[in-house]
Amino acid sequence: MPELIVYGIVLGSIIALGAIGLTLVYGILRFANFAHGDLLTTGAYIALFLVTGLFPWLGIPDTTFGSLSFGWRMALAFPIAMVCVAMASILFDRILYRPLRKKRSGPVIMAMSALGASFIIRMIVLILWGADSLFYRPGVLRPAIELPLEIKIRPDQILILLTVLSLVVILYLFLQRTKMGKAMRATADNIELARVSGIDTERVIIWTWGIGGALAAAGGVLYGIDVQLHPYMGWNFLLPLFAATILGGIGNMYGALIGALIMGVAQQVSTAYLLPTYKPAIAFIVMILILLFRPQGIFGGRRA
Amino acid sequence: MMVLEVRNLTSGYGETDILQDVSMKLGENEIVSIIGPNGAGKSTLLKTIFGILKPRRGFVRLQDKEITGLSPDKIVRKGMSYVPQVDNVFHSLTIQENLEMGAFVRTDDYRDRLQEMYDLFPLLKDRRNQKVGNLSGGQRQMVAMGRALMLDPKVLLLDEPSASLAPMLVEMIFEKIVDINKTGVAIVVVEQNARETLKISNRGCVLSMGRKVFEDTGKAILENEEVGKLYLGG
Repeated sequence: MPELIVYGIVLGSIIALGAIGLTLVYGILRFANFAHGDLLTTGAYIALFLVTGLFPWLGIPDTTFGSLSFGWRMALAFPIAMVCVAMASILFDRILYRPLRKKRSGPVIMAMSALGASFIIRMIVLILWGADSLFYRPGVLRPAIELPLEIKIRPDQILILLTVLSLVVILYLFLQRTKMGKAMRATADNIELARVSGIDTERVIIWTWGIGGALAAAGGVLYGIDVQLHPYMGWNFLLPLFAATILGGIGNMYGALIGALIMGVAQQVSTAYLLPTYKPAIAFIVMILILLFRPQGIFGGRRA
Repeated sequence: MMVLEVRNLTSGYGETDILQDVSMKLGENEIVSIIGPNGAGKSTLLKTIFGILKPRRGFVRLQDKEITGLSPDKIVRKGMSYVPQVDNVFHSLTIQENLEMGAFVRTDDYRDRLQEMYDLFPLLKDRRNQKVGNLSGGQRQMVAMGRALMLDPKVLLLDEPSASLAPMLVEMIFEKIVDINKTGVAIVVVEQNARETLKISNRGCVLSMGRKVFEDTGKAILENEEVGKLYLGG
């Protein structure tokens, strides 16, 4: 059981990267982005292209760091994937969501267009890489470290936790200390007042998509390192992402983080009693319970 | 010189014109109040002046420059700020952050201005790191006015600053409006509290059914029995 909780925290930290982006976008645009899961997929596959395609061709050595399963190729691919998906998210907003916003389209139209975008992304991944599960480094034995309480954890997983932790700290400092970060919080709080205060809300929206996309890409790559890559990996994350977002209170970044950890632990612990295939059902049950009993989330926020 | 000039302004929502052919002027260092019954178009007038609503006809000039049809984020850069009646603070931000957001378009060092705001509203200084959502109505109204003043505007538009405040606080808010005015800011204030507002106003405009029906000095309107009976509730 303690081991499952630790694995749940690892999974939860990956969910958190997606959920934070989802909640930021929702907070500012009041828009449920059903394509957000597929941004994780995009990030993971861009890193795959770099690690197995471009970097070998460029002659970047295939070394590994200590007992980790990856080396310089992934260390370079990770930030590049984040930047690429950030730009892709901004592009999607410019060509798809922004024109719809300008036309004052309703929430259903926005949600449907996001659903369409998610299909497009998934199909592109399927065309380029096929429907099989892939690995960044196939067939490598990854030794586990033994911790007390019979917890076995791989060095990769420790690094995943540390990476998520540093990204969250960086985001926290950005939101609390920088002018743009404060403007993002102000815009999420009250976009009309932000406009009459002279805040350039269009620029805030671009930053929001960029950050949301970059975090999603990070989540996708980390999941690829931890488990595997699959064209539907992001789509399968959508339910836990929304559950974590609603659990933490929509628009509440810190709530999304805690919500994601709860979702990760709930899903992993459930495998002690149920088949692993029921994991998404757990996310669904948690989401329904919250919607029924506490739609404003456990930490307060906008009602779902 | 007139700092703000509104001429033949007509605007509204959807198909209907709410505001019809309204003209008004605001001189330097003046306070002009807009009074009248509910639904007279008072808030619509402010929103149209500030570019939140696009006027159908007429024009708005700020310091002799045409600003008709400009968006609020452009107008705010030209020296006019606006305090909405409701939702006029960022609840999840601290007092200090609210003021900083008011200064968003400033690229210079605005620490002096921040200090001036704390001098104007000393109550806010000790609580500057508190979230605004936890403050009382009167304190929030001060934060809202402070936010709008951060850009050092020539003109301030206030939409019902005393709405839903306790009587004691209403008096305090009116005192603050006079204090702000003394720092060289011309003010247009929309109010339900007509008599109190007229006492601090140089001039008043009475709006009814979207039209300006009367205009005079604050003192004259208060003494005018007919206007009092019709629009100021006896």
